[in-house]
Amino acid sequence: MGDTIGIAKGILSDKKQTETFVKSDKIIELVGISKEFEGGTLAVSDFNLHVNRGEFVTFLGPSGCGKTTTLRMIAGFELPTKGKILLDGKDITNLPPYLRPVNTVFQRYALFPHLNVYDNIAFGLKLKKVKTSFRDKNGNMVEKLEHLKKSEIDKKVSKALQMVDLEEFEKRKVTTLSGGQQQRIAIARAIVNEPEILLLDEPLGALDLKMRKDMQLELKDMQRKLGITFIYVTHDQEEALTMSDRIVVMKDGEIQQVGTPQDIYNEPANAFVADFIGESNIYNGTIVGDRKVKFINKVFDCVDDFEINAKVDVVVRPEDVEVVPPEQGIVSGQIVSSIFKGVHYEMIMMVGKSEVMIQSTKEAKIGETIGIRVSPDNIHIMKRDFVSNVYDGYIDKINKVHFAEGAFECDVTQLYPGSHLDSEGYVITATGEKLDLTNVEVKVEVGLKDIEIIDNDVDGDARGSIISIVYKGDHYQIIICTDEEEEEIVCDTEYLWNENDRVSVKIPKDKIKLTLKAVEKK
Amino acid sequence: MNGLKFSRKQLGIPYAVFLIAFVVVPLLLIILYAFTKKVPAGSETFTIAGEPVSFAVSNFSDFFSKQANIRVLFVSFGLAIITTVISLLIAYPVAYILAKSKFNKGGVLLILFILPLWINFVLRTAAMKELLYFIGMYKSNSFSFVNTLIGMVYDYLPFVIMPLYSVILKIDKSYAEASADLGAKPWKTFVSVTLPLSMPGIVSAVSMVLLPTTTSYVISDTLGNGNVTIVGKLIETQFLTMHNWHAGSTIALVLLVIIFISMFLSGKFTEEKDESAGRANLW
Repeated sequence: MGDTIGIAKGILSDKKQTETFVKSDKIIELVGISKEFEGGTLAVSDFNLHVNRGEFVTFLGPSGCGKTTTLRMIAGFELPTKGKILLDGKDITNLPPYLRPVNTVFQRYALFPHLNVYDNIAFGLKLKKVKTSFRDKNGNMVEKLEHLKKSEIDKKVSKALQMVDLEEFEKRKVTTLSGGQQQRIAIARAIVNEPEILLLDEPLGALDLKMRKDMQLELKDMQRKLGITFIYVTHDQEEALTMSDRIVVMKDGEIQQVGTPQDIYNEPANAFVADFIGESNIYNGTIVGDRKVKFINKVFDCVDDFEINAKVDVVVRPEDVEVVPPEQGIVSGQIVSSIFKGVHYEMIMMVGKSEVMIQSTKEAKIGETIGIRVSPDNIHIMKRDFVSNVYDGYIDKINKVHFAEGAFECDVTQLYPGSHLDSEGYVITATGEKLDLTNVEVKVEVGLKDIEIIDNDVDGDARGSIISIVYKGDHYQIIICTDEEEEEIVCDTEYLWNENDRVSVKIPKDKIKLTLKAVEKK
Repeated sequence: MNGLKFSRKQLGIPYAVFLIAFVVVPLLLIILYAFTKKVPAGSETFTIAGEPVSFAVSNFSDFFSKQANIRVLFVSFGLAIITTVISLLIAYPVAYILAKSKFNKGGVLLILFILPLWINFVLRTAAMKELLYFIGMYKSNSFSFVNTLIGMVYDYLPFVIMPLYSVILKIDKSYAEASADLGAKPWKTFVSVTLPLSMPGIVSAVSMVLLPTTTSYVISDTLGNGNVTIVGKLIETQFLTMHNWHAGSTIALVLLVIIFISMFLSGKFTEEKDESAGRANLW
């Protein structure tokens, strides 16, 4: 512990020295953190991360992805249901917030309305006790914990106010300040305590765009000057890219990718990350040769090595699409939309049934036919998350298969090659054996394209709500979540649905692939 | 439909009429009675309701020259202040727990505390008398003051819980979190964040209890065993027993002035200590 204080001081006093530490020294470690709320919602599951000293780390994800919950667990407002939090190698998992050397900038600032600016900032300082040593009457050195002196507090407060450019505001009431000023006071209130880690929970969310951009740069600058570790939560991908040393992309309580902004942008780990960070064209592709991938019906060269015939997701950033005359392009198509965006034009080109979004400084008129090219290292290929849906199911008395909270008509004879059904519904195997399949457990496989979505939750065989939609060039990949056991049904469709739509699904009898589970094992 | 459009001023008329008829006129009458005196026929300056009267300030000197009256004033305000303090001490934890409790879904527990208000006030006080009699406190004269105090706290407790509950409920939990985050232990957080933020509730609770308890003589009559007299009782006696409206009005006016002064002071106090709570101050 003594060492770490020394290091922290070193960071504050000597910037050069810190650079060597930054790379090596873990300040906080989250080991296998899970958080389940009352009622069974799993907000964060198996979260593993370490943050280095002096680093600016951002948790990025859509609302409800568990990023704020994770931050609150680091601050101590929530206790993880599983896992450990280590600060400088010391377990702080169950330490109450007032004993943790971390400070938080809250989403809506949470400045105390009954105190003025000075008292808000001095709040933490007044509570702080520092070791002081002095000589008692007998001349012995005595160590004592003492509150900070008023003059020291004054000095620190005015320094913090200077840091956020609000020197003259000490006596102002916080309720009379503008949003941007309150924001700065909230930051000053946190950094004045010289925390080891500063946690920021969407601190810029309430500011207007211009102010937000300014504050982003200021925060980053402040972090560099102070050398404090920042853990920042946001749903704004641009904010994350601007400020972070490392970004942690989250979805449904799970880490999708951890990496530098460049890594995350250029090499997204999966289609979700690609879709969430920046604009992207996402397609289903197939590897057709050595470093050759086929999508939108054309073969492109790529740099990633996958096995032949692998189904993959292909991501192409709109700004990486080069516009060339039709005959020079790998593929050509007609422009159907073109919008001027200031620096560039954002155009959409149709190739067959697929859309290609292009960002280019050269304008192409609507209706014009152009060719496009993408250089091989700009084609990002990811292993496909989903090729087919697989469920555990069982067969009932009337030879329907139950899975995903629904009962579906199916062809049970596929379980036994050469078998057929008799008039009573029993399966007669090729060798003439009569089988009762009631309650037999099976593995069910359904292709993504074989699922029909129905616009109500009555007519289909299984039902749920749509929780995710990702556009894949010529179709949407939709995930339906069933109501009770929260099984996911993934389907490809060319129709656009809305998130949270209530739907049901139908699957043709011959598209349900059944295999017997190894019952004999028991 | 055109004829149904009212301007703001027109909409204010019913209230103004109500205010004049039931507040301003009675107040003026009280002032008139307080500064006049019954005189023998012939020497009057004017008559009120057929009675010959003339202006006089002797009502006030009569009131303040009697030591018994001064004592009543002290007893009334002493009783009111102690009632208020005890009510706050009981109600704050109750309101706090109710506001924070997971079991108080839909305010069911709160209703349990408010429920006594649905029973008639006099009946409740009478029931309290029986209860005190049963446990033996009513029999002894030495408990008269305490009995009255118990009755007052009991009757006014819901009026203290309600405003405190609604204010505490509205305090954003991020303030307490911010306080803990800055290093404050739970007790410190309560003293320097939660308590100051609930100040508006405390101020309105005090105004709901302090002033009414000085005059609610039903409780002191029922439970005080004739040993506790408060200002309200004095006024009642002058009006209904002595039929001396002049003396009665004088006491009412004295009380009114004291109340105004205390309200003014409490307004000043909260303003100085905390400007945001000052929004709810009594002025």
